[in-house]
Amino acid sequence: MDRRPPEPVQVVKQRRDTALHALVGGVPYVQFLGIRFERRGDELTAVLPYDNKLIGNPLLPAIHGGVTAAFLEVTSIITLSWAWLWSDIESGALNLVDLEAGKLPRLPKTIDFSTDYLRTGLPRDAYARARVTRSGRRYAFVHAAAWQDNHDRPIAECSAHFLMPPQ
Amino acid sequence: MLPDKTDIARQFIEAIPHSRALGMNLTEIGDGVAEITMAYDARLIGDPETGVIHGGAVSALMDTCGGAAVMSHPSAPAGTATIGLRIDYMRAATPGQTITARAVCHHITRSVAFVRATATDEDTDRPVATATGTFTVEQT
Repeated sequence: MDRRPPEPVQVVKQRRDTALHALVGGVPYVQFLGIRFERRGDELTAVLPYDNKLIGNPLLPAIHGGVTAAFLEVTSIITLSWAWLWSDIESGALNLVDLEAGKLPRLPKTIDFSTDYLRTGLPRDAYARARVTRSGRRYAFVHAAAWQDNHDRPIAECSAHFLMPPQ
Repeated sequence: MLPDKTDIARQFIEAIPHSRALGMNLTEIGDGVAEITMAYDARLIGDPETGVIHGGAVSALMDTCGGAAVMSHPSAPAGTATIGLRIDYMRAATPGQTITARAVCHHITRSVAFVRATATDEDTDRPVATATGTFTVEQT
């Protein structure tokens, strides 16, 4: 049986991190909000560092509901795109040089997006993870949740549908 | 309609740091109706290839506009927060064009305000997105 030796760990990590960096860094709005992504294997966690420009209610103060929704939407699209591109990243089919040069593959489009606001977003860092419940040829279904201090006390959840790019 | 409440709502919207960061401009408010515009801004691009604004920025606009509509309702709630907001994206907003959101608070109880909102670009016949939202009603 043909058995290839495993790739060196740094080669694997570099390929994955380059792909993720290109995917996240290429979107101006993600940079505007200051969202970054942390990766453990294929698992992504979005981080939204606190900034005064994210405030929606200066009296409380509280993070703007629109920021929370946008954070969940960004987390959903990036996580969905990441899952969709994963096999091409792993196989090397995705050209990392093109990706770094800003030539992103077509990304999924939001069809609809529904947010539940569970708790007030406090003026501190927020985190989010998304779960792709089904990614079909044309449509994908995603759930995401955001939290701050306690993972078990989410500040918001969303459920969204996406139109997948043509293969 | 109480004009002082309307003024308070306008000041409140314009004092919101995130609304400022997105360049939101309140163009109409009163009787449970609010209209807010958001000029095209390269920082808000979601698709660098086409220059289309990110859906998240449209969400923020819809959310602010919905809250403003609730605040301007004749029953004059003392405050409001979003409970749930659902947005349908019908098409990409045309790059370079201002997006206008118009929200109507069509029903309000002691506890909950119900809102419908529409976002358009310069082609006002074909909405970019529609939304329905529920908001809390804070009593004075």
